[in-house]
Amino acid sequence: MKKAIVLDTKDNVATLLTDVDKNDVVQARTGEEVREIRVQEKIQFGHKCAMRKIRKGEHVIKYGEVIGQASQDIDEGRHVHVHNVESLRGRGDLA
Amino acid sequence: MKLSGYVRPDGSVGFRNHVAILTSVGCANDVANKLGRMYPNALLLTHRQGCAQLGDDKEQSARTLAGLGKNPNIGAVLVIGMGCESITAEYLAEEISKAKKTVEFLDVLNEGGLLAALPKGARFLDKMIQETSQMLRVPCSLDALTLGVKCGLTDTTSGMATNPAVGLVADRVIESGGTVVFGETPEVIGAEHILANRAASPEVKSKLYRVVNECEERVKASGMDIRGANPAPGNIAGGITTIEEKSVGAIKKGGGKKLQGVLRYGEIPREKGLFFMDGPGRTPEALTGLSGAGAQIIIFPTGGGSPAGSLISPVIKVTGNPRTAERLKDHIDIDVSSIIQGESTLEKAGELVFQELLAVASGKATKSERLGYGMVSIWNIGPHM
Repeated sequence: MKKAIVLDTKDNVATLLTDVDKNDVVQARTGEEVREIRVQEKIQFGHKCAMRKIRKGEHVIKYGEVIGQASQDIDEGRHVHVHNVESLRGRGDLA
Repeated sequence: MKLSGYVRPDGSVGFRNHVAILTSVGCANDVANKLGRMYPNALLLTHRQGCAQLGDDKEQSARTLAGLGKNPNIGAVLVIGMGCESITAEYLAEEISKAKKTVEFLDVLNEGGLLAALPKGARFLDKMIQETSQMLRVPCSLDALTLGVKCGLTDTTSGMATNPAVGLVADRVIESGGTVVFGETPEVIGAEHILANRAASPEVKSKLYRVVNECEERVKASGMDIRGANPAPGNIAGGITTIEEKSVGAIKKGGGKKLQGVLRYGEIPREKGLFFMDGPGRTPEALTGLSGAGAQIIIFPTGGGSPAGSLISPVIKVTGNPRTAERLKDHIDIDVSSIIQGESTLEKAGELVFQELLAVASGKATKSERLGYGMVSIWNIGPHM
């Protein structure tokens, strides 16, 4: 089965360890715990998918740390990347 | 542990034994290039700075150029200037001579022009190569090492596998009494609280926050979103979404020891231990800064397989991305992608990198050395006048 890794129990995203297609069921491992998740679209190796619904404005958490915020609602199993996450830091465009 | 190097008169240890031709100013590069063609074994260190710079920027260029000359991998240095520049060859020669190695300088204009300067430079180089080539490696210990660590062409495998494995090597160097310098200030934005918790003193902590804040303020003053510049397009293609995500993974490359100090770009640490160097993430500048800070060897975790090198300090390229390890194996010294594939551990991967570090320090040529990759590129923080 295709695999993904969740780096911290606080994380709401998993990193995919292979390329995945829509409707693939992926084993996402957090430490010893493994959860199955159905991905909703084609996602590349090394990219992230949502482990649960992340609402617009909510923090995206990886490594147990805030890595940005959702710029739109992201459903479980969706690709989480630059199209739906924005940085909270280094934003000269907002300064 | 088998390790050997060239002991310099000041007690430092070189893991390479270069004779360098260093220009004090970009206008002298053509003279250096001509001498370099005559003496192809000499290491050519040319750059575009050295004049028409202001204040901190000029100081930064001078500090870095002197640091490059002082790097223990260099046994002797010929500094070439024009005689009209602000960072003079004489000044650099005097600074470099504090490391007690053979240093000579010449000013092209004061010598009466190019045709007069060339034979004088050739005589200096001829003698330096004759002397330096007779130096021998002797056994030494790891406390003589200043290890530079810089990551590049980062993807999501960097933060999950490669950087933590390299971090274990950094920890071992420090446990052996050595020094580790890592940097890339933009790639601390969003992770500064993690690093700050390991600061050896409140002063180090506030200095770290200050350099990260100054870096972020420069981005804000530009009116731009940092994304696109850092993370760069290659990082984004590799799955890195924001600077915060990149940073949390990036700081793992420095390991987990106490942070002894925050250095200016190209500044040589005055004690042993772990140091953070202020500076950009852009590879040529970051590598030049580390060589200027005295790193004899640099470990370079990479996701996408950057070929980059430093002319002075051998660069060991490590990847945790299985596709990069296969596709760009001519750039990669150590493949730790078995971590991601669940077939190895960080500890085993760290041991692999550590053994490579010892081999490279003792003379094994890295891929970027064999391919001849490297340039001197000094971080420029102000305008040229």
